[in-house]
Amino acid sequence: MASSRLRLVPSGGRPGERPGLAYLYILPGFLIYALFVLAPIAQTVGYSFSDWNGISPPEFIGFENYARLAQDPLVRIALRNNLTLLGFYTVFPIALALLFTALLTRRRIRGLSFFRAGLFVPQVMSMVVVGVVWRWIYNPTFGPLNQLLRAVGLEEWAKPWLGDFQFALPAVGMVGTWVGYGFAMVLFIAGVQRLDEDLYDAAKLDGAGEFEQFKSITLPGLRPEITIALVTTLIAALRTFDLVFILTDGGPANRTLVVALQIYRNAFSIGEVGYASAIAVVLAAIILVVSFSIITLRMRAVAES
Amino acid sequence: MAQFNEAGEYLTRQQAGAAPVASQGRDRLRANLRTVLTYVILTIFLLVAIGPLLIIALAAFKTSDEIAGNIFGLPAVWSLANFAEAWSQARFDAYFRSSVIVVVPVVIVSCFLSILTGFAFGQMRFAGSAVLFPLFLIGIMVPGEAVIIPIYYNLRQMNLIDTYWAMILPDIAFSVSFGTLWMRGFFSTVPRELVDAATVDGSTSWQTLWRILVPNAIPAVLTMGILFFIWTWNDFLLPLVVVSRDDLRTLPLGLTFFQGRYSSDLPLLAAGATMVALPTIVVYVLMQRHFIRGLTSGAVK
Repeated sequence: MASSRLRLVPSGGRPGERPGLAYLYILPGFLIYALFVLAPIAQTVGYSFSDWNGISPPEFIGFENYARLAQDPLVRIALRNNLTLLGFYTVFPIALALLFTALLTRRRIRGLSFFRAGLFVPQVMSMVVVGVVWRWIYNPTFGPLNQLLRAVGLEEWAKPWLGDFQFALPAVGMVGTWVGYGFAMVLFIAGVQRLDEDLYDAAKLDGAGEFEQFKSITLPGLRPEITIALVTTLIAALRTFDLVFILTDGGPANRTLVVALQIYRNAFSIGEVGYASAIAVVLAAIILVVSFSIITLRMRAVAES
Repeated sequence: MAQFNEAGEYLTRQQAGAAPVASQGRDRLRANLRTVLTYVILTIFLLVAIGPLLIIALAAFKTSDEIAGNIFGLPAVWSLANFAEAWSQARFDAYFRSSVIVVVPVVIVSCFLSILTGFAFGQMRFAGSAVLFPLFLIGIMVPGEAVIIPIYYNLRQMNLIDTYWAMILPDIAFSVSFGTLWMRGFFSTVPRELVDAATVDGSTSWQTLWRILVPNAIPAVLTMGILFFIWTWNDFLLPLVVVSRDDLRTLPLGLTFFQGRYSSDLPLLAAGATMVALPTIVVYVLMQRHFIRGLTSGAVK
């Protein structure tokens, strides 16, 4: 057994390389990673089965936290809000970028790196700065948005966006769209220029119109990029925290409450550590399942074609 | 572009019998219109993307009255007074110091550790690599919200709450997760013969790594470093949870609390927001070339 393993896995794989050397290279990185990522994952799962306020000893209560969160109206509200935000963080940016790609010339774009740099700016900015800027833009009295509406005679449209029961969530969502669309656009522009121009010529010869060309060549050709955009923006929508924390802190009256905010409040404001962990486990599970499904579907499609 | 023209000519020759000569001109006109349209839309989207940042950066130089008067207008006097006030009175000097103290070690140590792990996974064969490598990938997929609770209680047990370590150590751990994937991707593209030749010449693996592989990996390492810098600089949840002393707060956290107290002092708030955003944007714009080169060199595989 031991000898066969030795033969299967040559030590180091090179002459003069000491066996076990690879582990020495991995050890320092792995230690800190295990201590601050791997162990906490297991601990979160462990906490989720306990009733714990963070101070007195935790008490094992089995699946009670999970049963409780299935009934919790606040969790339901938060999940629903995350789903709504998904439309703004994921669907809008990708749809917008695809629409643009359909209109786009397939010629090489001069100064592309300049546009790319600019479109990416929201991506490299701290979400806190984004939040501060947009809180100001949405400000009811001196915010540019309402000023603009008043200036063009649409005074009745001006409203306290982030304090409005109906408009707070879409207002937060639009910021998500603003953050995400440049990313999707840059991704798709690069993708289109990779596609073979001959395909389009052949389609034109067959009498295919613009829309058909887009549907049968551009869209399938962009699948890898669409997958990346989908996974990235879906994760962003499901775990959104910073932006909501700064913009509305879940208000007004929980209209913009999201799951990550529920975790934070339960764990660090009201001392429901076990319960917060259960919500965290569910959120992580949703994110992992969604990302894996998209990636698996994509891989299966690749394997079939 | 050349390919497009060639293809276009090919197309017209094929269609020569069926299509009248006029259609060639119409096609060209259409292609030109499309190019113009592309630039117009690109410019609009570009302005929407950077507009809010420009407005806030402009506001940082203005007085309250000037901001209230015309948001888009230029200040009468380009004054750094708001920045000076934010720096000294709104304590942005302390926040800036904290951010630097946290970000510099995170970027350097994470790059160093990722080079080591990436080298092992990319160039060496060893038992357990098929199990260890996926373990490193978990950190890329798991959201911070899922681990922040135990991280807080572990740090409390280690007496590290309200220290820089509480922000530095977890950020290194998360960075190494991505860095391992990134550097492995790069090192596995390096031909083994190159490494073998060095080994024959009597170079130890450590010397081969630092004298031969890393100098060739500079674009990839720089890209990784920029990503670590941006992520750590902008990190919010971790400092929010593990630090409560005002003088330890990093810039994004400081800005949050500042907004809570002085949300009506717009010029000051604008100056603060500009100071938080500027370093990441400057680094990104300056390093964009490396950024793209690094990304493409990683994608070649």
